[in-house]
Amino acid sequence: MSARRLFVAALLLALLGPATALAVNPDERLDDPALEGRARALSQELRCLVCQNQSIDDSDADLARDLRILVRQRLVAGDSDTQVLAFVTARYGDYVLLRPPVQPNTYALWFAPLVIALIGALGLAVLARRRRGRPVEPDPLTPEERAKVEALLAEAATTGKEPAEPPR
Amino acid sequence: MRRLLYLLPLAVFGAVVAWMAVPLITGDDPRDLPSALIDRPAPDFALPGLPPADGLATADLGGEVVLVNFFASWCVPCLAEHPLLTRLAREEGIIIHAVNYKDAPEAATGWLVRHGNPYARIGADRDGRVGIEWGVSGVPETFVVDRDGRIRKRYTGPLTPAQVEAELLPLLRELGR
Repeated sequence: MSARRLFVAALLLALLGPATALAVNPDERLDDPALEGRARALSQELRCLVCQNQSIDDSDADLARDLRILVRQRLVAGDSDTQVLAFVTARYGDYVLLRPPVQPNTYALWFAPLVIALIGALGLAVLARRRRGRPVEPDPLTPEERAKVEALLAEAATTGKEPAEPPR
Repeated sequence: MRRLLYLLPLAVFGAVVAWMAVPLITGDDPRDLPSALIDRPAPDFALPGLPPADGLATADLGGEVVLVNFFASWCVPCLAEHPLLTRLAREEGIIIHAVNYKDAPEAATGWLVRHGNPYARIGADRDGRVGIEWGVSGVPETFVVDRDGRIRKRYTGPLTPAQVEAELLPLLRELGR
């Protein structure tokens, strides 16, 4: 392997590193793998309030770390997953939940896409029905059009030639 | 009538633009969230004091309308609002309690000596656990606690003179009556 290739390989390896790094520090982890697994799953459900679009599992913020530790403390104390989430939402509001609960003030959020899709489907259905109901024949001629056609036919009859191009 | 129907998408687009423009023009920060604790009793907590100030606990709240200000010596925006808090305490006679959030006691004491101490009681929340009880996401945050010990309002970030004049003082007057 040339020195250049080695350098590129090392660079790629270095790029891989940060992408896979976790915010969860080794000293935060619980010894019980089952509890730790639940803690990780819960942490991914909770929003970091400092960075706002990261979960506390992903975030390096101080508050995220505190909340990760809090989640683990609650689990060790015997809380169920729902009790832990209720504990955090009682203090920070529904906003900390990365998956908003389905309740009256989030109906618009959850069902608006469905309603919009329904309206679209309804519009398409109405359009399709109209298309199908329309006669296949063209619209009847207006009196002016009829007069024009008759004049052309009369001209053809007198000259004995078909008009090369119908005048528009 | 048909023609007007074709303008409908444009009208919808216009409405969305207007809706999004409002916070840009009024300067409402979408990150400003209402506290989950509004109109609820202040959380259960008890903190040791920051000498020489006495500590702060749930029992110290209620009876009077007070402010509870979360601050830290390492927090620059706290320093920005500090003169305003000092003025509120000295000139308006408002009782301001503090929670010193995640701070070293010596650093906090030194900071108060340097910049003045407007606080009646100061609880030292070294690990930030009481901050979580109050739903604090950073410092400074300021809560208005009424006579019944209920949280009535939360301000995130440094208080501004405009906020104080337009909202805080009228609210305190209303609650004090």
